[in-house]
Amino acid sequence: MESVLGRYRNLIVLVGVLFAQVLGLAIQVKRTTPSEPTRLIRIWAVGAVAPLEKALVWTQSSTSNIWHNYFYLRGVRAENRALKAQIERMSLERVRISQDADQARRLQALLGFKEQFISLTLAAQVIGGSGSELSRSVFIDKGSRDGVKPDMAVITADGIVGKVLHVYHATSEVLLINDQSSGVGAILDQTRLQGILNGTPAGELVLGRVMSDETVPAGEMVLTSGGDGIFPKGLPIGKVSKVTPGSDLFLNIHVRPAADLSRLEEVLVVTKIDERQAEPAQTGAARAIDILAARLPGVPSKPENTEKAASAATATAPGSVGAKTPAATGAPKTTHAATPDADAQSKPKATPHDNGNGAPAARSVPNPESPAGDSSGPPSAKKATASSLSPKPVKATVDPKPQPDSPDTPH
Amino acid sequence: MAITYTSGEQVEVYRFSIPATVLIPLAAVFLQAFLPLRFPFFLIFDLPLLVTIGFATARRNPLAGLLTGGLIGIMQDALTHQPIGLYGISKTVVGFGASSLGIKLDVENAGARFLITIFFFVVHEVVYFMIARGLVGMHMAWSWPHELLSGVANAVLGVLVFMLLDRVKQRT
Repeated sequence: MESVLGRYRNLIVLVGVLFAQVLGLAIQVKRTTPSEPTRLIRIWAVGAVAPLEKALVWTQSSTSNIWHNYFYLRGVRAENRALKAQIERMSLERVRISQDADQARRLQALLGFKEQFISLTLAAQVIGGSGSELSRSVFIDKGSRDGVKPDMAVITADGIVGKVLHVYHATSEVLLINDQSSGVGAILDQTRLQGILNGTPAGELVLGRVMSDETVPAGEMVLTSGGDGIFPKGLPIGKVSKVTPGSDLFLNIHVRPAADLSRLEEVLVVTKIDERQAEPAQTGAARAIDILAARLPGVPSKPENTEKAASAATATAPGSVGAKTPAATGAPKTTHAATPDADAQSKPKATPHDNGNGAPAARSVPNPESPAGDSSGPPSAKKATASSLSPKPVKATVDPKPQPDSPDTPH
Repeated sequence: MAITYTSGEQVEVYRFSIPATVLIPLAAVFLQAFLPLRFPFFLIFDLPLLVTIGFATARRNPLAGLLTGGLIGIMQDALTHQPIGLYGISKTVVGFGASSLGIKLDVENAGARFLITIFFFVVHEVVYFMIARGLVGMHMAWSWPHELLSGVANAVLGVLVFMLLDRVKQRT
């Protein structure tokens, strides 16, 4: 017996080691539940590798920063000019978009819709990967001490990246959307077809559960549907690259991810998603009052109130756009509201109803005799002031016919 | 290229210092996790596997080979989100096989190392594939062209890795 054991010692040890590992593997597979705590071996391995990765990334980024921020500044001046021009263009566009958003909000309020929006994100740096083609995940340099929790969405400016899978003290593992165990609720932007986006063993993205009799054009944008409870609705995932017939009655829609998943460097972890219902105060009814208040002649108030209102207007917006009110300058009112200068100067006066686009300030100041201009007035007057900061009344106050009897309109 | 059959007395057995035994596998696992982020094509390589083969063929001790392979594989598994043991089992088999083969064959020259690396790369992938599909239930596709191409790429890198390992191994 001893000779047999001695002769086949290596083989017996091999079988023993393999058996132990298979047993361990089987136990893991059976116990895979979301609430299962992370295994110690993973914590040790991540703890051993993560500091090295962090140090290397830090050295690399520091060197790169020093080079790019202090030495290699070629073309920065020209780029600066181009960016300024772009900011001006985008400021104009933002005013238009905010008006559209405002309109959408009013409609949502009418329909009682609840909207989800990302209210808090955490910037993180990618410090490592799994190193395996069959496990598409990355490690980021933020963990439980930074408030990261499992199942949080991870995105970039281009599109979604994945979700947090395991959280350690100072690092987290993010499962990428192109991993074969990943699934994301998706919707096609134009056709509004919904499906489930899965990764493949080859690292591609395939949108399934779309009936084969549907027509899906290549190049169509794919967005998150919000149905998975992880990603808020409307985030870009990618574009349709190819459509092939799939199994059963479904199509296989291949999607090219919007974010470059193979070259991730910085990502955003969505740490808080809020849900809110559009407020009735932002509806058209409230604005009708504002419009009327702006168009009707101001009610004469007590002299002290008038002085207070005038001083408040001066104090809150020194040299602000109010000084260039359309009535005073003779220029169209909306033009001033849309300029970047107006935008910057009006920001301090933002209220909860203000969307921050800065346009409103152009019309919030003008009438010192009007109750709307009195910041110390009754609540209704304050509300009118706040509401008048919203962009919609801009159009309403553009009145080509000057009112001769209006006390605040110089001629 | 010469793969010669040798008797037990003819083969030379090497050992590695403790720092080399610990740091080289750690460095391999670290580089395997880090480099693909900067160079995505690096995913085709399996640096921990090359180190496993290198250690096993130099030591020529099946016990040491399978334990080294198992530990390196488990370490590699821990960095993935897959169940721990997939790489562990595959590399245990490779470690055992490579060290057993090292006893029988002279694997000191580059040609022999090239062929052995291709062979054990394919063995590694086959074992991984079988466990992943049979035990874990993963959806995987097998592609011979891909595996052979990866095998050749790993063999080329393996020859270089073995040359580096030659510098730190010590004759017993």
